[in-house]
Formats: sequence, structure tokens, C-alpha cells
Amino acid sequence: MSLTTPRRTRRRGLRRFTARDLVVLGVLLGIPILIEVFIIWGPTLASVALSFTSWDGIGDIKWVGTDNYKNLFTEYPQFWPAVRHNLMWLAFLGLVATPFGLLLAVIIDRGVRFSRFYQSTLYMPVVLSLAIVGFIAQLVFSRDQGALNAILANKDDPVDWLGDPDLNIWMVLLAAAWRHTGYVMILYLAGLKAVDQSLKEAAAIDGASARQTFFRVVFPTLRPVNIIVMVITVIEGLRAFDIVYAVNKGRNGLELLSVLVTDNIIGEASRIGFGSAIAVVLLVVSLGFVVTYLVQELRGEKNR
Amino acid sequence: MSVGIAPAPTTATAPPTDPSRRRPRAGRFGVHLFLMTVSLAFLAPLLLAVYASLRPYEETSEHGYFSWPKNLSFDYYQQAFSESGMTKYFLNTLIIAVPGVLIVLFLGSFVAFAVSRLRMRGGIVLVMVFTAGNLLPQQVIVTPLYVVFNRIDLPYWMSDSMLMFDSYWAVLAAQVGFQLGFCVFVLANFMRTLPQEIIEAAVVDGAGVWTQYWRITLPLCRPALAALGTLQFTWMYNDFLWALVFISNGDKLPVTSALNNLRGQFFTDYNLLAAGSVLVALPTIIVFLVLQRHFIAGLTLGSTKG
Repeated sequence: MSLTTPRRTRRRGLRRFTARDLVVLGVLLGIPILIEVFIIWGPTLASVALSFTSWDGIGDIKWVGTDNYKNLFTEYPQFWPAVRHNLMWLAFLGLVATPFGLLLAVIIDRGVRFSRFYQSTLYMPVVLSLAIVGFIAQLVFSRDQGALNAILANKDDPVDWLGDPDLNIWMVLLAAAWRHTGYVMILYLAGLKAVDQSLKEAAAIDGASARQTFFRVVFPTLRPVNIIVMVITVIEGLRAFDIVYAVNKGRNGLELLSVLVTDNIIGEASRIGFGSAIAVVLLVVSLGFVVTYLVQELRGEKNR
Repeated sequence: MSVGIAPAPTTATAPPTDPSRRRPRAGRFGVHLFLMTVSLAFLAPLLLAVYASLRPYEETSEHGYFSWPKNLSFDYYQQAFSESGMTKYFLNTLIIAVPGVLIVLFLGSFVAFAVSRLRMRGGIVLVMVFTAGNLLPQQVIVTPLYVVFNRIDLPYWMSDSMLMFDSYWAVLAAQVGFQLGFCVFVLANFMRTLPQEIIEAAVVDGAGVWTQYWRITLPLCRPALAALGTLQFTWMYNDFLWALVFISNGDKLPVTSALNNLRGQFFTDYNLLAAGSVLVALPTIIVFLVLQRHFIAGLTLGSTKG
């Protein structure tokens, strides 16, 4: 018996594939890898390279070093507002929507009646596209026809929720949080179901209050979910695009980095180089989080 | 990847009901009041959209959204279909999303199979590369793709623009490339939970790689594939950016992006916009209501997606 394990692993290492197996492996691994290279990683590297050029997409590619970045940081008026809005997005989803989703998950997990109903309702917005969320936001927040102004009954002095550049980002954040909360809730619900009941019982026997049990016992065991939720929140914050584009094409108070990239390629002035520089800013920020996440994963993998 | 919420396979099959129903009576009322309020607040925008879409514009503009209805009709829906050709846009979506989902599930499951079942060396790195690819913001890759798609010639029978740009192929390629990472990640996690002995037995019986994948592993992955397929369909259906950037001919737009174009036409009439939004949202809501369990299982199975 003691011999089988090492022998088996050795045999696995040397396992011979037939010619047919090799073809199957080559083709069916080759295609996805090629797709990944040509659609994702190649373009990512190309974005980095193009960000050092002043290219309009048609003429010659001219190397301009870090000019695009200098321009971006010092002369492009939309850049810093966009950065600020992206950060607000992160903060709002991370500090408001996510804890709210967790709260809802904890309440529902305690086994209230009608939990299926609550769960479905709260989760429903997640299946909507962010673009649709943007359109629905217009129904609620529009100045003349919007439901919110109707509720507030301020017909004489209507608030332009989506038009006022000081206000609209908050309204859009509310709409984004509408969707994010349900998403977070579902993830935490799944995580909470996996928590060992005996842990909670042990804590209760030791005289821990519900609050103590949650923060000292349950929450730490949710670590994997916390990481996933954090990653999703960051990614959503950086990816944000559809809502603001559906509302007003990301202008007038709703600038985001993603919008600036899109504007620079599909706008009239096709500024590929400059747009790429903005994309690289996005890339650097997101890679920071992606790498942290993957390192975590890798560590978990080794420990298994 | 232990991440995913360890008992993923069980959540994939078991309905997500709560095991413990022991709740003290005290505070129960408050909890329900709170949950009811939140639920209503979450539903309100959708209900408002439905209500608005059923009423003529003149009525709401005169009396406001919260007035009692005098006429309710499906006129706006009819208008959305007849005047703006929603049918065409729905078809465009299907042309992209159906092959998209099938391709992504097929390729993703094979990579996952190779990595987690054949125990290939460097498999973890491969999964990481795919996963990370799915986590990038789309705008990071959109510019070079836009340039490249504008340079790839396609025969007329494939694309009437004679280019990859402004064809379904461009959107399909972007969708598949982008979603592949997620599928690999989720399915690799799932397949790791299957007993390895099944494969070993098959190898002893002389099964080749293809048989091990297609006849033995895939059938065991059915719940995961169903969950993932549901999720992928929703995401591809909901996509907004790829079509916005890669398609210039309005007639070829999938429905989510088309609505944005139609807005110019709808803009004067919020109730028509409401009808359009409800129409576009309806399929995903129906999918959600019918396949709720799959849907949620798909998310909790791997869930690294925005």
C-alpha cells in the first residue's frame, strides 16, 4: 500500500499521451490560449506601447515618450475629476453598498420568514445591465418628469438631479449601489451558509453576544468571501462606465476614466495614443489589486 | 483556489434556503419592517418603469407619475417594436450571445479540464493568466482591439462591411476573449472537487484525453455548466461597451446598446423610454426568475466578476 502513492505520482508525471491526445490537447488548449493572447494580453501590452506614441490611428506611429502622461496629468481638464469620481465610486461601493449588502445577508441568514422573497427582490437589480440601470435612473431622477421630484413635490423649484454637476454623481452612485448591494448580499449569504454552525454555538455557550459572535467568530471565517467582495468592488469601481454613459455620455460632472478612454477612440478626434495613456492609468491601478488577489489565491493553493 | 466559497457544488444543487429557523420572537417585527422597506425601495424603480410604460405621456406629464391612471395600454410596447425595430435588435443579441455562450463554455471547460484533471504542470499559472484577464477593465484592451479590428478584412459573406470592425464577429470575439477567464476560473474550481478516481479508472480502461473530457468530465459538470451558462448569457446580453465601440451600423447593434441609440428618438417621451427599458430588461428578469437557483449558484461558484 505504501508503495502505491509514489508510484502513482511518478506514472502520472510520465503519462504518455497518444498522438491523438496530443492533437486534441494542442488544438483545444491552443485556441483558448491564442484567444487570451490576442484579445486580452496582447492588446494590454499594445495599450502600454501606444500610450507612448501620438497616434491618430491612421498616420505614422510617432514615439513621444511620456508626453501623453504629462499632458494627461497637467493639461487635460477632465482627468482629475475623472480620477476623483472613480475614487468616489470605489469609496461609495466599498463603504456604503458593501456593508449594507453584508447587513442584509446577515439578517436574512438568521432565518427570517419570507427570506426567499427578500432575497429575490434584493437581488433582482443585479440581472439588469448597468445601461438599463442608467435609463431607469433617468425615470427616477429626471428634472421635469422624474419620480423623485414628484415625491418631493417641489414642482416650482425642481432639482435637476442628473443635470447638476455637483449632484449627479451621487445619484448615479445610488443607482450603482442599487445593483451592487444585491450582488454583495448573495455572495455573503453563500459564505454565511458555509460557516460551521458549531462555531456559533460554541461562542454562544461561552456567553458571546450576537454582535461579538459575528465580529469575532463569524466574520473572520468569511475571509475568502471578503476578498472576493473586495475584488469585485474594486473592479466595479474601476470599470464603471455603462450607467454614466447611458445618462449623459459621462459629461458634465459624470466624467470617469473609462469614459475618457472611450471618448478618445470613438470621438471625432481619434487620439489612440492619448486614450491609451488613460487606459494604462486604469491598468496600473487595477493590476495592483489583481496581483494582490492572485498572490492570495496562490498562497491558498499552496496551503492545500 | 479555495476561494470560492468552499461548498460551491452543494449550493449549485441545493436550493438556497436557510437552515436555521430559530429566531427569538422579539425584534422580529422590526426585522420584517426593515426588510420590507428595503425590498420595496429596491423594487420601486422597476415598478415605476413598468407603470410609466403603460400610461400615455400626456397623462403623466400633466398629473405626474403618481397619479391614478385613466388609460393603461401596451401602446408604447407596440410602438417600440414597430417604430424602432426592437425585434431586429433582439435578434442581433441572439446572434452574438448564443454562439458566445456555447464557445466560451466549451473552450473554458477544456482549459479547466486540462488544468485540474490532467494536472498539467504550470496549470495554476494558466488559470491565473486567464482569471486576471477577466479582471481587467474593458477599456484597457478596447483601443488596440478597435485598431486591429479595423484592419482585419473579412469576406463579404461574413461581414458586409468587409471588415472585422462593424461586424458581429468583432463583438463575439471580444465577448469570448473577455469571458473565457471567468469560465476557466469557475470550472477549474468546480472540477477540482470531482473525485480524481473517475478519471484514473477511465485511463486504465484506455480512454483518451477527448473521452476523458467529453464523456466523463463534462457530464459531471452539468450543474456548473448550467449555472455558468445562465450567468454568461446574462452578461453577454447586458453588454454595452463592446457593441458601442465595435459596431457603427445602428442596425447591427445588440439590444442593450441599441437602446442607447434609440434614446434620441425616445428622449422626448419618457414613457416610451420606460417601455424600451422594460422590454430590454425583461428577458434577463425572466431568466433570473425561472433559473434563479442556477443564476445564484453561478455567481457563488467562482464570483470574481463585475
